[in-house]
Formats: sequence, structure tokens, C-alpha cells
Amino acid sequence: MIPSVHAPLGKDLIGLEGLSADQIRTILDTAEPFKEISERRIKKVPVLRGKTIVNLFFEPSTRTRVSFEFAEKRLSADTVNISSSGSSVVKGETLVDTARNLEAMKIDMVVMRHGASGAARFLAERIPSNVVNAGDGRHEHPTQGLLDLLTIRDHRGKIEGLRVCIVGDVLHSRVARSNIFGLLALGAEVAVCGPRTLLPVGIEQMGVTVFDRVEAALEWADVLNVLRLQLERMEGGFVPSLREYNRIYGVSRARLEAAPREVLVLHPGPMNRGVEIDSDVADGPQSVILNQVTNGVAVRMAVLYLLAGGAPDKAEAAKQGGEA
Amino acid sequence: MAFTNRLPLMDEAAVRRALARMAREIVERNAGREGLVLMGIRRRGDVLGGLLAEEIAGAEGSPPSVGALDITLYRDDLAEVGPRPVIGETTLPPAGIDGRTVVIIDDVLFTGRTVRAALNELMDWGRPARVLLCVLAERDGRELPIQADIVGRRVDVPPDRRVEVLVPELDGRLAVELVATEEVV
Repeated sequence: MIPSVHAPLGKDLIGLEGLSADQIRTILDTAEPFKEISERRIKKVPVLRGKTIVNLFFEPSTRTRVSFEFAEKRLSADTVNISSSGSSVVKGETLVDTARNLEAMKIDMVVMRHGASGAARFLAERIPSNVVNAGDGRHEHPTQGLLDLLTIRDHRGKIEGLRVCIVGDVLHSRVARSNIFGLLALGAEVAVCGPRTLLPVGIEQMGVTVFDRVEAALEWADVLNVLRLQLERMEGGFVPSLREYNRIYGVSRARLEAAPREVLVLHPGPMNRGVEIDSDVADGPQSVILNQVTNGVAVRMAVLYLLAGGAPDKAEAAKQGGEA
Repeated sequence: MAFTNRLPLMDEAAVRRALARMAREIVERNAGREGLVLMGIRRRGDVLGGLLAEEIAGAEGSPPSVGALDITLYRDDLAEVGPRPVIGETTLPPAGIDGRTVVIIDDVLFTGRTVRAALNELMDWGRPARVLLCVLAERDGRELPIQADIVGRRVDVPPDRRVEVLVPELDGRLAVELVATEEVV
């Protein structure tokens, strides 16, 4: 597939909000050929040889961190992983000091996961290295949004005109926000479905439809993106019980079979089987959950490749608001 | 202006004659088409590889194995020119390249950097018994110690000119032309 337009990304990838449809398509189209590299016997190309990338994870993550690390290694970059436990962060060092110390060791890129919304932009504005947001608080998780878009496009051939419903804990979900921005930019119709306690107030203003019942959402949707019920954020009493949540909002085989169309089912992982999604759906024929994981590596390779390509002066120009 | 900016070096008939001779040379060097793999460098070398395979099929009765190399991720100028988002796919023949005679096919041999990238990529895919380089046009300006084994036409051109190979699939005709570098194609 040949991208019709090459829209540069600039220095960083903070979120999908504000990216143009052409920029998003450039990333997705660039990811296509990267899929094949992971199928090779020697899963490595030398394109980022000599680049140093730091994976700075202030929140626990397995899938995203490993996916980024595979992407980096398959592009021949040198990688260092730092997690908050066991780093000087626990000794009280500030984010900027941590980053500046890393910069002093001559790095090229930072991939960061952080619990505070806005942390990625905060860092990007203060260091010359490229910054990739791997999830910041409730703000965005752009590479997850991109891999969801790529997976939907793989299975439905396009994004434009599709009806995509995001089900579950939208309130705490950076994945939901990245999905909504990306899907709307590419011309999909977007809806959310969940208990009102787990939907942000005024979410309709983002241009999405709200369904209170998952049956109604399934009546409407071509694609369902089922979010994880974030158990660790559940102290606030947002749902009466997990069993009740499953009974009302759980995506079950019976509910899928009652839908008028063959609905594609995505889930960003990790899954709570038997809570937001039943096992026979997660492992069923309509599920593309493992395709999402495979696509995650390709999408992240594309993002790293596109961001790393610019010479420092180009990155600087991008920082000033121009295009690299 | 376009008149003075483009100068024909080889027309279609000349290119076809050169390809026919190059095909014979490839087969002769390999003593037949057994174990032969033509790997064209995307995108024009890929098309030329197809034409050469047709020539070989005509002479030997059946075509050799063909593949295509996309060297985008093996280039050495990412930092200078920025990423090229158009990354094509590398395709290998089903039997692979291990132990076979691989002929790298490109349109123009100039600095040699493309061939360097193609060699590196080939080595990541397997271990050919032998690698040959076959180009339709060869000019001065090598920046690496690389020479072609089979050449369609050697052309002497000033450094500010570019030799361009045009192929029907991408350009609508088959020809080799000399272009002033100001002209963006």
C-alpha cells in the first residue's frame, strides 16, 4: 500500500488529538510493511542503528513495554528500560531531572508511561529528544489508538463510515480518548456505552453517541472496542459489583449472536475474563484481540521510524510549530 | 525548456536489445537457469527483473525465480533526508535464496550505496552461493568499491546530470534518458 500523502509528525507523539487524518494514515500505511519484518527469520532491519531509546515506565505495564521494546530492537535501536520502582524516582527526583540526567548520557528518544495526565507533553516541551507517549494518566495512549485503527482497517478494509462503539470504563480510559480522536479524524461514527458513573460528563461534546444498554450498542455497531474495567481504580464505588457489571454490560456470546451484524470485537488488554468480556467471546471468531497485539509492534515501529528520521534541526523546527 | 532538459540515451528498441544480451550473459554466467534468482531493487530494478525473466524464459524454455528487494530500511541517509514513508515489500521466491546464484538488478549504478544496502538486506535473508550485479545503465560517481558484473550501457555524464531509466509500468514507456538535476521527476 502506498500512502497518497506523507504528512510529517513533528518531534513527538503525545496524542491523537490534533493529528490530521493524513498524519494518522501516514503512520498506519508505514506500519503495513513493518508487519512483515516480524515474520522474517532474522527479525531485524538496521534503520535505527545507533539510536538510543529509553523506555521510562512510571506505571506497571507488560504488553506496552514489551511491544515497544520489540519494536525498538527490530529496528536495531539500543534500548534501556527504567521502571519507577528501583529508580531514583522513588528517591524523590523530579520527572524533568530524571529526563535531563538521561539526556546527559546522550539519548535520542524517550518512550514514557506516566500516571499523570499531561506528563508526556510536559516532558516533550523540556527535552530535545523525541518523546512518545505510552500512556499518561487518563489523557491518551496514542499507539494503542493507532493499533486499534490498524486492526479495524485490516479486518474491515476501511475506517471511514464504520460504526465503532467503545464499551466500559470510558471515564478512566486513555485508550478510549485516543480511540475517539483517531476514529473521528478518519471519519468513523463513534459511540460509547457503559454505566453513567463510568462515562465522563459531557462526553457527547466530543461528537460521540451514548448508549446506556450494550444491547442497543450492538444493534448499532460494526465494531466493539471493549475496555478493561480498571479494578485498581475501582475504590470510588463506580459499579455495585463485578457480577452485576458483567450481567448488564458484559460482552457475551448470547449478546453478540443477537446483533444484526457480525460485530468485530477488540480489547486493549489485559482482560478481566467474565467481567467486561466473556471467555467464549475473547477466544471466539469475532475477536481480533491477538491481532491487536501483533499490530502493536508494527505500529510502534512505524512511529519510532517516522519520529527518528528527522535531523535535529528538523526536530527543532517541528518544536517551533513548523513541519519537519 | 523540457526539450533541453531531457536527452534520450536509449530508446525502447535499444533497451530491449540490451536486455536480451544481458539475459544471455546472466544465463551464460550461471550455466543455465537452474538455481538462478533475479532480485530486482524496487521499484525500477524490480520491473527490469521481470523483463529479464521474460527474456530468459524465451531462451531457456522456463523463467528463473524472481523476487524484489525494498532497501528503504537499509539506507544510510535516514538522518539526512528523513524517513521515507513509502516502504515497499521485499519478496523472495518460495525456495528462498540459500545456496543459489542471486542476480541483483538495478536501473542505474551511480554511487553504489543502493547496492550496498541491497547486499546487506540479502545477507539478512539468507546465504546465496554467489551474488552478481546487473544494471541497465552504469555511470561515474562511485562512493563505494562496487562494480557491476553485467551492464546494459555505460554512459559518460557530467556530475550535475542524472541518468533515468523509464519503465512502462511507472512511466508509460521504456527508455533511458539524461536529465538535468533541476528537473524534479
